[in-house]
Parts: sequence; C-alpha cells; structure tokens
Amino acid sequence: MTDAVPTSPADPFPKTLWPRIAAFALLAYVIYACAQLDISFARVETGLENASRFFSRLFPPNFARWELLVKGLLESLQIAVLATTLGIALALPVGLAGARNLMPAWVSWPARALIVVARSLHPVIVAILFVKAVGFGALAGVLALTVASIGFIGKLFTEAIEEISPKQVEAVRATGAPFASVLAFGVMPQVFSRFIGFATYQLDSNLRNSTMVGIVGAGGIGGTLFAAFQRFDYDFVCAILIAIISLIMLGELFATAVRAIFIDGASLADLFRRRGASHRDRLVEDD
Amino acid sequence: MLTLRHLSKSYVPGKPVLQDIDLDIAAEGLTAIIGPSGTGKSTLIRCINRLVEPSAGAILFEGTDLARLSGRALRHARRHIGMVFQEYNLVERLTVMENLLCGRLGYVGAWKAWRRKFPPEDIRRALDLLDVVGLAGFAHRRADALSGGQRQRVGIARAVMQEPHLLLADEPTSSLDPKTSVEIMQLLADVARSRSIPVVINMHDVGLATRFADRIVGMSGGRVVYDGPPAGLGDAILKQIYGGEDWLQ
Amino acid sequence: MSPVATLPAQERVWQRFTPAQRIARFTVYFVIVAAIVAAAQTIEVIPEFLADAPEQVGDLLTRMWPIDWPAYRGDVHDALIETIHIASLGTLLALVLALPVGVLAAHNLVPYTPVNLLAKLVLVSSRSVNSLVWALLFVGIFGPGALAGTLAIAFRSIGFVGKLCGEALEEAHQGPIEALAATGAPWRSILTFGYWPQVKPAFWSIALFRFDINVRESAVLGLVGAGGIGMALDSALNLFQWGRVALILLAILIVVIVTEIIVTQIRKRML
Repeated sequence: MTDAVPTSPADPFPKTLWPRIAAFALLAYVIYACAQLDISFARVETGLENASRFFSRLFPPNFARWELLVKGLLESLQIAVLATTLGIALALPVGLAGARNLMPAWVSWPARALIVVARSLHPVIVAILFVKAVGFGALAGVLALTVASIGFIGKLFTEAIEEISPKQVEAVRATGAPFASVLAFGVMPQVFSRFIGFATYQLDSNLRNSTMVGIVGAGGIGGTLFAAFQRFDYDFVCAILIAIISLIMLGELFATAVRAIFIDGASLADLFRRRGASHRDRLVEDD
Repeated sequence: MLTLRHLSKSYVPGKPVLQDIDLDIAAEGLTAIIGPSGTGKSTLIRCINRLVEPSAGAILFEGTDLARLSGRALRHARRHIGMVFQEYNLVERLTVMENLLCGRLGYVGAWKAWRRKFPPEDIRRALDLLDVVGLAGFAHRRADALSGGQRQRVGIARAVMQEPHLLLADEPTSSLDPKTSVEIMQLLADVARSRSIPVVINMHDVGLATRFADRIVGMSGGRVVYDGPPAGLGDAILKQIYGGEDWLQ
Repeated sequence: MSPVATLPAQERVWQRFTPAQRIARFTVYFVIVAAIVAAAQTIEVIPEFLADAPEQVGDLLTRMWPIDWPAYRGDVHDALIETIHIASLGTLLALVLALPVGVLAAHNLVPYTPVNLLAKLVLVSSRSVNSLVWALLFVGIFGPGALAGTLAIAFRSIGFVGKLCGEALEEAHQGPIEALAATGAPWRSILTFGYWPQVKPAFWSIALFRFDINVRESAVLGLVGAGGIGMALDSALNLFQWGRVALILLAILIVVIVTEIIVTQIRKRML
C-alpha cells in the first residue's frame, strides 16, 4: 500500500462543535432559570440551616399512633389493588383498539386519544375532580388511579401489539388455524410476558400514588401524612414515611415474584432459593 | 395433485414477478425450484397457500381452485398444506411441544386449544415426530433456546403434524450452515418419502437441489425456463438461469 | 437417547406446567383474588355521594364553562413557565446526582456488596417517596417556592434515573471492558471509555423520559406550595373560580402533551 504521506498530520480527535455548543447552552439555561426561580446560594444556605433543625425533629420516628398509621396504609393498599384491577380490565380492550396493525383508523385513533388524555393528567388532579364528583374517600382515589392505569397500560399494550413479529403469526395462519387460535398461539405468547411486566409495574406505581392522593382527600395514608405535617408532628411524619417505603418495597417484592412465576416459570421453592438474579423484563420502564 | 395455471403476480403494476406460470406437481417426489434471488421463487411458493395473493391464474389443489377460496374454506384447505420457513417462524416464547401442536390448530377448536387440551393422539404423534426429527426430550424446551438447525427440525415437525398432503418449503436451509443444511434436506427428503408426501422446495443452492430433488424447476425472470430431472441441468441451462442479463433487472 | 422414548404408549402425556409451577401460579391467583375481594368489600362508598355524582359532575362542568381565557395573561402564563423551569432544573440536578449513585449500585463496577446495597436503598427510598411528599418535606425546610419544588423533582428522579442507569451499566458488554482492563487502564478510564459510550444512548433516553414525567409532576407541586402552576390551581380551587380552574387544567394538558410529543420524537431519532 503506497499512500502518499499527508503533509500535515490530521488531528485524531477532532473537537466537535455541537456538543460544546450544547453544553454551553445548557449552562446558560441553568443560570437563567435559577435566576427566574429565585434560587441562589444564599437561599440554599439558609435552607440548610433549617434542614438540620428539621431533621432533628424528624428523628426518632414516633410510632405511638400506629393504629392510625395501619388504617391509612391498608386503605392505600386497598386503593392500589382495586385501581390496578379496574385499570387492567378497562385498559385491555382500549389498548387492543388502539393497535394500528390490527384495527382500522376510525377505531384506533379515538382509543389512542383517550389513552393520551388519561396519561397526561396527573393522578392528583384527576383525584381532585373525582373528589368533587363522588365525595371524599377511597372511592375517589380508586377512580383517579384507574384513569391513570388505563393511560399507562393502554399505551404499553398498544405498543406491544404493534411490535409483534408478523412471521410467527404468519406461520400459525399457514397451518389453517382459526382467527382466535392465531391470536392465542401467535399474538398472545409474544405480548404476555410484557403484559405481566407492565401490569406488575402498574400495581407498584398505583401503590406509590395511593400514598399521595390522600393529600387532596382521596383516601389513604396521604391524608394522615398531610395532617401530621400541618400539625408539625414531624416525628410521626417520619414514622409514616418509613411505613410507606416499607409498603412499597413489599409491593416490589411481590411484583418480582409474580414476574418470576409467570415469565420465568419459577416455583415457590425457586423464589426462595433465587436471590437477586431475577429476570428483568427490560421492556418496561419505571415511573 | 397440484396444478398451477397461468399464475401471475405483480407487486407493482407493470412489473410482474411471476409471469404466466404453468406447473404440475405429482403426488410424490421432491421438486426443487431454483433460480437467482428476486426471480419470484418465494412468491410462487407463497402463492400456493395464499400467504401472498396471486394477481391472476388458478391454483388447483386436489380439485379445488385455491385462488377462489376465502375464510373458512381457505383455512380448511391450508390444513392440508404444510409449510417450512426460511427463518423457521417458530413462536419463540412457546415450548417445542406447543409449537408442534400449532400444526393441529386447524383441527382443534379454539377454546380447547387455548386451554391446551389437545387429543392424546396428537400428543403421541408429536412425541413420535420429535423422535423422528432427532429431538427426543426437547418437548419442554422453549423455542428461543434452540439452535438454528434444531429450530428448523421443529419447523419440519410442525408442518408434518398437520398430516399434510403437500409440503412447501421456502428456502429452508438458507439460514443454516452447510453441514446442517445437508442434514435438514436429508430429513425433509426422508420424512416426505416415508409418508408419501410430495414436497416443493424453493432454494438457491444448486448443489443441494441436484443432490436431493427428483425434479428441478429452474426459474428466471419470473418464468419457468427448465423443468426436468437434475441430470439434465447442464452448464448451458444453469447459465441461462443464473448467468444471463435477465435477472439483473 | 432420552427415557421418554422407552415409555409405553399410554405414558406419553404432556403437561404444560410442572406441579411445582402450578402451585406457584395458583398461589398468585389466590393472593390476587383474595386481595381484590377484601378490598372491594371494605372500601368506603357513601351511597348518597355516589348517587349524587352525575349531578355533581354536571354542576362542575357548567361552572367550568365558559373557560376564563383572559386569566391566562396574568399569572397563569408565568406560572407555566416556572413549572417548566422547575422540571428542567430538577431533572438536570437529578442527572448529576444519580450517576454516581447508579455507578455505586452496579455490582460489576463496584464489587463491594454493602456499598451496592446502600446505594440501592438510596435509590429505592427516592422512588418510594412521592414527588408531592418530597415537596412537602422541602417546603418545610426551605419554605414555599420554586426551590422546594426543584429539589423535590430532583430527589424523586434520582431513584428513577439511578435504577435504570444502574441496569444499563450492569448489562453493558464486558468485551470492551476486558480489553481496556487488559491494557492496564485505571478504573476511571474504564468508566469513561468502556462503559460511558455504551450507556450514553440509554442515558439520554432515560433523561428525556424522566423530563417528560417531571413536567407532569411539576404541575401539581404547587398544591403543597412548592411553586409552579399548582399554586395558581390551588388558589383557583380555594376561591371556587372554576372557569379559571378549567383554563389551568387545559393549559397543563396542552403543555404535557406537547412535551410528550417532542420527547417521543427525539427519543425515536436517538434509538
């Protein structure tokens, strides 16, 4: 290979312009926005002084009113369970309707629009509206989180159906199978494990949200937490937070177990033996 | 057994992929369709079981014109035609056994199939077939845990589970290494011969074709240019099929 | 060959699931059904309120119409902009804080299990506490305003970004890492040249996704006093100015949808 020697050596690491411009723009934005929001080092400093006082009042956590705590937690759990169930039941037909590869446009577009609206409104806002409609209490919370679930599960279900491999479906069709069997053997196996993934995910998400809708009166431990805050019972607040975190961690354990049993075919003994190395269905993203 | 009359197909109007194909497939033997890529071999195979819609022509299978069927009648006809695919097209998340049972979906009601309540003869047939294709003990493995050669064996077994009167294979060995390709072709030929099922295979490996086929159909430019025994496939003909300017279009 | 081949014909049965699997599946079904039944029976439904619902909804809708368009010029527009700033700054801060925690939680980078567990605990706690609850905390510390809101968004997002980045790091291909280690590169260089290039697309995708969610979250933080349009919403609700409430809800809806469209398009081009 006889290449002519270049007269000047090329820079092996040319400095690209775009990332630098982007970084500079980002920095400029941060400074601008901080000014707009009245965030300055001085404020942060005074805040940190407050913080140490605040934290000292948080600890040690006070579980004296544990009955109130448990009642609130159970209500939150109840809201999460019912909202997930209703949400899945309603999201499946809506999600199926939104699949452009299976349904005509006049069916899929309204379904997709419904899903978009359900997702875009924050559950707390929807909870406020339901509190106005059906009164204070857990029912409003259930309805609000059902709407949120439809938005989430509906969207993911539609995506899952639109991403199936047509080859597998084609092969099942070629055997002369009726349409229902093509769905059961060609489509379902491809979406089932993803479905389990996002159904368990939504249970988790609803559990988290159910601890908060109480702040606007829609039931659950959120109300207890807000009340404690306003009374400056910070040690009770700490107890409630610990309880919430524990509940959610338990929920995540349950979700992992369900995924292991239905996706990986684990048995109960497997669950106890297997620690940590569980199969994650990477197609679901967190909230 | 299978007669194609004036079969034509154009994906884009004015550019026909299949031009006026006339072909007769007898009730026995292995027919290989060869030709360069893009010459319509795959389209031809897929038109037979209507996975691709022909633009014109008749497909007479056991007396009925498949081109005129639709709905349930078409499904019933498809039960008798088994197909093996280039990329195996197994349902990846199902087990080998479930994939095999897909072959019986045309015969078992949808509700029973969903609950996996297949008749015991089907289960026995499936297990026997697994022995025949050399995958005994694989019934519970998931399809995506298999190698390419193993998957194609399952694909062949699935097609044979239908108890078909005709076997179609669309480039069954194109995704496999040379050694496995020979094994799969041998398996196809043996299974078809022992059950007296005619096979139509479309393939681009001429060597494999001449080795296993009883009859070779050479295509070029959407037409049949050779139809006869492998022995007659001389250099001149091969050049006409593969070497001319035609297929470069 | 396999023992199945030697079984007599009647023994050749097939079961879809092993008995152990069936027990496990049944247990899950049972727990789920029991939970649903228990929840449905004890849920507090006040029949009078429920019967009243259609009337209430009708009342609500009539009060919300006409939508109070002129109110937008006032503080609604400014509050919207403030909300977006909160979401942006909060997300950026979270990215800066989450990366080190995510690295500490990834076992293949930091093979000290206690550190991994501690980092994971930090991430779990961050995710388990709602942004609204974080906002309450920070309003208590820093007082009401956008600072509390920004920190709330940031602290909530650390868990999300950290967990997904940790997963991306754990699933990085070891090939380039091994090659770099074989050249004797120090740990920091392995991070920069081995892991970062692999994780970069996932990282930006996660960041954009979280920003999208944060825009939605920032809109409600004002309900507890942490700045943004939530505060306008809160005051409008308290004053029963339903026309204004409708305007604010519509504004939030539009901003959230537009953000989601933009983010989805960018993420599609990145993949």
